[in-house]
Amino acid sequence: MNYNWNWSIFFEPAPGGTGTYLNMLLSGLWLTIQTGVFAWIIALVFGSVIGVLRTLPSKTAYWIGFAYVEFFRNMPLLVQLFLWFFVLPELLPRSWGLWLKQMPYAPFYTAAIGIGLFMSARVAVQLAAGIASLPRGQKQAATALGLTTFQAYRYILLPIAFRIIMPPLTSEFLNTIKNTAVAITIGLIELTGQARSMQEFSFQVFEAFTAATVMYLLINIVVVTGMRFLERSLAIPGYITGK
Amino acid sequence: MFASFDFDVIRRSLGYLFLDGMTFTLTLTALSALGGIIFGTLIALMRLSGFKLLGRIAGVYVDFMRSLPLVLVIFWFYFLVPYIGQWVTGASRPVSVGAFTSALVTFIMFEAAYFSEIMRAGIQSISKGQPAAANALGLTYAQTMRYVVLPQAFRNMLPVLLTQTIVLFQDTSLVYVLSMPDFLGAASKVAQRDGRLVEMYLFAAVVYFTISCAASFAVRRLQARISIVR
Repeated sequence: MNYNWNWSIFFEPAPGGTGTYLNMLLSGLWLTIQTGVFAWIIALVFGSVIGVLRTLPSKTAYWIGFAYVEFFRNMPLLVQLFLWFFVLPELLPRSWGLWLKQMPYAPFYTAAIGIGLFMSARVAVQLAAGIASLPRGQKQAATALGLTTFQAYRYILLPIAFRIIMPPLTSEFLNTIKNTAVAITIGLIELTGQARSMQEFSFQVFEAFTAATVMYLLINIVVVTGMRFLERSLAIPGYITGK
Repeated sequence: MFASFDFDVIRRSLGYLFLDGMTFTLTLTALSALGGIIFGTLIALMRLSGFKLLGRIAGVYVDFMRSLPLVLVIFWFYFLVPYIGQWVTGASRPVSVGAFTSALVTFIMFEAAYFSEIMRAGIQSISKGQPAAANALGLTYAQTMRYVVLPQAFRNMLPVLLTQTIVLFQDTSLVYVLSMPDFLGAASKVAQRDGRLVEMYLFAAVVYFTISCAASFAVRRLQARISIVR
């Protein structure tokens, strides 16, 4: 392979005067983490609401949840980001659209919200499945004790369901972080974006992408380890992973 | 709100969008799914083969691919495939391959990791008595897999494989990052040429939504039919 390897490239100053190429990649890593966490919070909040709607006895609630999930699941994430970024400001009243377009960090907020909503549909499906997996007696016992539907969900169903779906939620969190790379298309220079621009400036393609790959693997290891720990400390005695 | 819309731009570009763009997208989806399932099955067989080393290699490959964003993998292969080509053909310089080939290799290698997990679950869902009976009948390992285990695993997992193919269909839109002429790429080219982002992106969204919805509805019907037979 006649390729000029140069691993010391990371310590050479990058154009732009903000430090070395390594600094550049690290700032991308930080942005990836920020976007991922912000998107994950949105995904959890919206996903929980929609997931609960899908399990309520009301037909209307079920259909709202169904439509929401189908809407966000049947379009590529890239197209959804384009809709939020390019289309939404044009459809709003002129002054609002202008405000959106001039907002600082617009790619960051668009990416976080767009990816968050995209992932929320997946969280909703997981949560609905988790709630459905609980024995029927849980809900009945809660009702017999005089809890309202809200209380039953708040104190009985959700605390158990969330712990049961911890493993799939871990992989959805990882998916959220991975999906932030799609935001490169709306101008968010996160980790993949920084690796790409490092490649364009320095022509050291494989070093740049190797570094980004290693960083993504590290994120994965940290998240998986953290979630294992959380899982173990939240395990319910008598349930699957409980003691 | 829709007063300033120019729906004619969609009509004018329909030929380009579907004959060029959608054909690219669908061909890429179909070939990647086919290659991904074949490769994925091989990886699953490696993992379940009982040879520690083979299983370890396959496991590392799957975990590795699944922890990387597809966009990064697309970039990787875009730059790597010419060197692989050089290595395979023994040429003196990196071989230039077309955009389509590069994308196809990327998606096959990437999706194989996901398909292999599905096939692994499918193979594990077959009861132990089946390969044991096949063995007792004197079938070799290859015959057992070919005639007994894989047909059933494949059939059990068909709905999941198809669902993953729908995800793949949506994921092919990411070749946009290499400005390839898939459906979204074509829509985006027209959008930028005519300054009609709103119309073109809304139209692209509707098309993707319709196809994915119809496909997942069909998969659900299929699933219902299969589960009745069993």
